[in-house]
Amino acid sequence: MSIFINKDTRLIVQGITGKEGSFHAQSCQQYGTNLVGGVTPKKGGEKILGVGVFNTVKEAVKETNPNTSMIFVPARFAANAITEAAEAGIKLIVCITEGIPVYDMMEAKRAVKSNGARLIGPNCPGLITPEECKVGIMPSNIHKKGHVGVISRSGTLTYEAVYQLTQLGIGQSTCIGIGGDPIIGTSFTEVLEAFQNDEQTKAICMIGEIGGSAEEEASEYIKTHITKPVVSFIAGLSAPEGKRMGHAGAIISGGKGTASSKMQALANAGVTVCKNPANLGITVKNIICP
Amino acid sequence: MKIHEYQAKELFKQYGIKVPKSVLCEKKENIEHTIKDFSVPCVIKAQVHSGARGKAGGVKLAQDYQNAIEIANEILGMELVSKQAGAKKVNKILIEQAVDIEKELYLSLTFDRANEAIALILSTQGGMDIEETAKTTPEKIYTELIKDNFNPLETVSKAGFHDNISKQIADIISSLHKLAKEKDALLVEINPLVITKQNEVIALDAKINFDDNALFRHEDILALKDEAEENPFELQAQKEGLNYIKLDGTIGCMVNGAGLAMATMDVIRLAGKNAANFLDVGGGASSEKIEKAFKLLIADKNLEAVFINIFGGILRCDFLAEGVKNAIQNLNIKVPVIVRMEGTNKENGADILNHSGLKFTVIKDLNEAIEVIKNI
Repeated sequence: MSIFINKDTRLIVQGITGKEGSFHAQSCQQYGTNLVGGVTPKKGGEKILGVGVFNTVKEAVKETNPNTSMIFVPARFAANAITEAAEAGIKLIVCITEGIPVYDMMEAKRAVKSNGARLIGPNCPGLITPEECKVGIMPSNIHKKGHVGVISRSGTLTYEAVYQLTQLGIGQSTCIGIGGDPIIGTSFTEVLEAFQNDEQTKAICMIGEIGGSAEEEASEYIKTHITKPVVSFIAGLSAPEGKRMGHAGAIISGGKGTASSKMQALANAGVTVCKNPANLGITVKNIICP
Repeated sequence: MKIHEYQAKELFKQYGIKVPKSVLCEKKENIEHTIKDFSVPCVIKAQVHSGARGKAGGVKLAQDYQNAIEIANEILGMELVSKQAGAKKVNKILIEQAVDIEKELYLSLTFDRANEAIALILSTQGGMDIEETAKTTPEKIYTELIKDNFNPLETVSKAGFHDNISKQIADIISSLHKLAKEKDALLVEINPLVITKQNEVIALDAKINFDDNALFRHEDILALKDEAEENPFELQAQKEGLNYIKLDGTIGCMVNGAGLAMATMDVIRLAGKNAANFLDVGGGASSEKIEKAFKLLIADKNLEAVFINIFGGILRCDFLAEGVKNAIQNLNIKVPVIVRMEGTNKENGADILNHSGLKFTVIKDLNEAIEVIKNI
């Protein structure tokens, strides 16, 4: 088992004919993901990577029966792409695109909810179930199949954590980047729940960052619902207040969203909080193989 | 993106929200005749992107013309020091007609992250620190999440306003909501919103923050950007498409990805130093972009060392190495450059650096980084 994606995933890529879309669709396909089609308006009827391109998600659904979509559409159109996928009945929507306006996301998220879909991202690296299925932009070769579930708000910092784990011989069940924006589809809490219910996952590595209150909410959830060991790192202990650290969501404002308050909340929930990002891998190892 | 009070008030006027009569002044030599053409008493207000301008001495009431001219001369050109924004030079002042205040209110619409919706905050206790009011007398603050069936008149009544000014406040709320939605504003704040002795409701202050990600569809808003308010390094970086923030430390750093960039700053802190900047070169940076980023970084005079930490995914380590090599060859860099590369094409990257004839300290992981930075 694993969470959200596996051998049964049937993937379409929205924006498949673009530079990024085609590059990463191919990389996912090479990893073993079952790519069944792509969507680019006005390019319906073309073929790419051995699959058909459709004008709309609805057409792609009718012809190829996908259950997952990955979105590479430019920011100004991406929220509509999410809504289109949700309305066409796609159950798992992974939006890689960065820079979607907040008001657009408020509407897209409503569409996702009302259609009973799950959105991951936006502004995220996607997710990977090692040696089975990849729906994302992460470097494939750093992953290894195993028992640690990895959740993160960041991209490259997740690669860092996964790399450390793999170097130490520790494999992963599923690694998922939930995104660095103020509005995201799937929260830490929902992923924690999925990992708790997943037999393959024996321990969880959760990487947060400054801004918002998602880590505090996750702490509350961990306290009452998670029995598996959790190791965490929060990026931004040295970040100043009022400055947006790259991600639209990573900002300390009005004294809220600091790394230390998040670390405190996690520690209170029984999480092993790692203060040095260089030691994430070894900390997880020490917990699962004491 | 932030704008000035006078710009926000122009937008308010477009949306039918009443503001006091005012005039902007940007030059000392214009102060006298500008004020002579105006009426007293008036308020002189520093136009800088900073909160708590009043406390910092940037907002003052003048009773007569002589007094107004003196105050205007004092504020225009001053260094306004506030806790939030540090020291900022005042390049513009707003001269505004004084208003007979009966009561000061607080009104704002702000994006509420926890609820993923726009929240309205209305309080009968305006003019002062709203966070302080929230702490000491929370019953004086009315909050509501704006939903599809939002009814401003009902809101105003629930907030405790029942007399003949309810309609005026409700109209202002409607206008603010329209403005926020149409212009992609994530914060619209009026503090204070005043009821005058003549029973008029007027916005005495105006603050608007816009969603940077939505500026592509608002050329009019983008045109309001005041470059003098931005850090020159950060402005340069924006023009190069780099994500750069100037900080106070001495270790310059260049990283790909915002999360890893923050973690790298934390690693520098663990080594007992502080980062001189946050710099995320992004996912698909070319060697030219890396070179530009490096030049920007190295222009900081306070540097003791540079730490490059790249986890190659989409960004290839050989591109990075090429860019850094080119930048260093063309510059006379006196501080040590520490490089850590992992991921895609790291061997090729290391080869480029090792054969460049330049001096680098190449390290293999973040723990080694801490040791090396400690010993600088």
